[in-house]
Amino acid sequence: MENNTKKSKGINRRKFIRNTGIGAGILMAVGYLGTSPTRKFLAKMVSEMEPAYDNDFSPIAWFQIKEDNTIILHSPKVEMGQGIFTGLAQLAAEELGVAMSQIQVVNAVSSNRPLDGGPTGGSTSIVSLWNPLRELGAKMRMMLVKNASTILGVPKAALSVKNGLISGNGKAITFGEVVQKATVWNIPKEVTLKSKADFTIIGKPIPRVDLKPKVMGEPIFGIDVTIPDMLYGSLVRPAKVDSQFESANIEKAQKMPGVVKIVVEEDFVGVIAKTRTQAEQAKEAIEVKWKTNKIWQQEEIVEMTKVGKGKSYVIQEEGKPESVLDNKDVYTAEYSSPIGAHAQIEPDGAVAFVKDGKAFIKISTQVSKITRDEVAKRLGLEKEAVEIEATYLGGGFGRRLHTPHAIQAAVMSQAVGKPVHLLFNRKEEFQNDTFRPASHHVLKGKLSADGQLEALEHNTSSGAVAYGSPLVPGFLEPIAGADLGSWRGGMIQYDGIPNYRAISWKVELPFATSWWRSLGLLANTFAIESFMDELAIKAGKDPVKFRLENIKDTPTGKRLKTVIEAAAKKAEWGKKMPDGWAQGFAASTDVNTPVAQVVEVSIENNQIKVHKVTCAIDPGLVVNPDSVKAQCEGAIIMGISASMKEKMVIKDGEPTPIIYGPYQMALMRDAPKEIDIVLIEGDDKPHGVGEPPLGPIGAAVANAVFKITGKRLRDLPLSLA
Amino acid sequence: MNISFTINGEAKTVDVDDNTPLLWVVRDELQLKGTKFGCGKAACGACTLHVDGEAIRSCSLPVQYARGKNIVTIEGLSKNGTIHAVQQAWIEEVVPQCGYCQPGFMMATAALLGKIPNPTDEDIDNNIANICRCGTYYRMRKAIHRAAKIQSETAKS
Repeated sequence: MENNTKKSKGINRRKFIRNTGIGAGILMAVGYLGTSPTRKFLAKMVSEMEPAYDNDFSPIAWFQIKEDNTIILHSPKVEMGQGIFTGLAQLAAEELGVAMSQIQVVNAVSSNRPLDGGPTGGSTSIVSLWNPLRELGAKMRMMLVKNASTILGVPKAALSVKNGLISGNGKAITFGEVVQKATVWNIPKEVTLKSKADFTIIGKPIPRVDLKPKVMGEPIFGIDVTIPDMLYGSLVRPAKVDSQFESANIEKAQKMPGVVKIVVEEDFVGVIAKTRTQAEQAKEAIEVKWKTNKIWQQEEIVEMTKVGKGKSYVIQEEGKPESVLDNKDVYTAEYSSPIGAHAQIEPDGAVAFVKDGKAFIKISTQVSKITRDEVAKRLGLEKEAVEIEATYLGGGFGRRLHTPHAIQAAVMSQAVGKPVHLLFNRKEEFQNDTFRPASHHVLKGKLSADGQLEALEHNTSSGAVAYGSPLVPGFLEPIAGADLGSWRGGMIQYDGIPNYRAISWKVELPFATSWWRSLGLLANTFAIESFMDELAIKAGKDPVKFRLENIKDTPTGKRLKTVIEAAAKKAEWGKKMPDGWAQGFAASTDVNTPVAQVVEVSIENNQIKVHKVTCAIDPGLVVNPDSVKAQCEGAIIMGISASMKEKMVIKDGEPTPIIYGPYQMALMRDAPKEIDIVLIEGDDKPHGVGEPPLGPIGAAVANAVFKITGKRLRDLPLSLA
Repeated sequence: MNISFTINGEAKTVDVDDNTPLLWVVRDELQLKGTKFGCGKAACGACTLHVDGEAIRSCSLPVQYARGKNIVTIEGLSKNGTIHAVQQAWIEEVVPQCGYCQPGFMMATAALLGKIPNPTDEDIDNNIANICRCGTYYRMRKAIHRAAKIQSETAKS
């Protein structure tokens, strides 16, 4: 409907679609509630909340209907592999009344298309757009039908819509033709959405819409952006953490071939050159002095992260766990997880063109609005003078929730008045990552004489995840206290235990730590679900039965029980395994999505190998079963990588390793050859999918290793060495 | 310095420093963006392309060593309007997620199938050592077996 922008001026772009309830997602919810509620209440609420899409919008901004009846959906959510373009196209197509083949999904540009107030992340995209996007589609269809009725002279009631064709009483007109002819677009107030029984597109395993371009190698990523007359940028950043810029000697570098300009700022030094290689070579010739406040070592980081060292916040408490656990019969165990790198294969970078008081940025970002606002602030421009166009992301995983490189590219472009393509090399990518913080966990449990679990306590300690991120307003920290990112997955899901509590410890680390796919879920579930296994074995009970015993028949509890039973059944839990093999089990609930996994593991030459994973998941209503399966498979393999291989350490002040290989990750040979996904639709609306399946895998493997060896592995990455 | 080679069936001459990695020549001089940069140290395989039929990690190959050679990138894998068996299998198994590493994997797979037309799981484990952060290995393995099947059926017909 691009050609209709002029005509649509009369439209009242009021806030006609508003999510009811809490409004703008997790963070704003806290703002609405003010300072009075207890933190426990707050934590429970956040963990169960349905995130909302934070924006006002009009169908005109979201849909563009071309003359050939192609519909372009301008997505404010970015595609980073999770399949969101496909899912959103399905929601829109279902209500618009078009075939999937008629829809093209593109990234919205910030100036005249829906600009996402929130991030793409946190497994929230489908959940937050489930109603709003279907309503938008329906309203668009209603407007088209109304105009078709006028054009064709056929009453609305006699018209029906199929595959973008409006027909009735022997006459027909395509959406594309309506848009060419219509002049008035009145957005309807009321809308009735299709019921589940009438869905023909939602719920179908439609192949992802970006399949072909990705298989043919089309230039769709941030790194692929080319603007005529573009120069190449490279950055110098400190190798050591806790360092500030002091001075730079750029004399030698300035004379190197191809160098156009060297920009010296307080937070970075940037080289702009005619080719990528020249920029990289010149950078090596710059001598920068950094003031390092302290040379940090790994042992110090581990010590700082221990439970008891930071500030503590009780985030969950039922019964009287403290009095029950104040007893010498209490069983205690400690667990830990290392610092983790995002390690997405497309390094961070941005293409910026700043000229005549305007800035244009094309970038792999998960936060278009924040990227725009930060660039505007640094350049002293109005926000509207900065146009952001997201690209496809060569992996997100939380890495693109911070985009200082957009600022750096913009500053460099401004300095030369030409477009600049800035790219991190791999060393910079590792050294400047906003890491997943290391964690430490102390678990306490009390069993009665007959093996009943009387009390359970989880102490979880880690560096910041949410705080310090541009996504989280500074006022939140004093209100909420605990870090809602680092305790994710840290609450106890076994509500049948009479006494239990979770305590989150927050420590301040001397380097940036932040969002990493599933946040604290990976580490917290590893600790809790390994400990549940320990308790089951002490109680002399089957670990699956032991878990089921401790879950109440609440709606949430029933969904959890269902996935646990489904995974156990499908995997034939308890079946006889060959010598040196065992099954392991774990389960977790994250963003209202319970997941249970059974793994089949063997040990050969002291190496742990995962052969098969059975995963039962209940993400509520499923928009695309193949996408959900793909997310489960990917999360399981990323979880295997993170819990069996990966580890960053701080050595003499430097995050290391700085290259793949030494930073060990799962390869083809490490991936299970069988992954069996059981989808359960235990709710009539969708819940998050991208992160929940990362929860159980670490503990499931460790639990199997214990069965084989009798050795309890309590530290990630899991190692028998 | 002028360096000539054939890429995706076309003769090309580029005027670049001898030591420029082939990857950047392909991406920035020839504007073929399907071959990706991942690490610059031949450690991840995102930049894999074919030089005289061999899978090469182009981020670490100075362009002078490509002189007179026959280079194929992901853009040239399918020829004459017929989709390559590996790409066909990748589509049928719906392999890619973010998709960034996939051209490198497909090029590595195509080279593997050139040497071992019907690879076992062990052959795959030993020969396909690129990194995929999204964790698509499970579907990739299925796609590699499927590609082998498509290729052998095409050869028969």
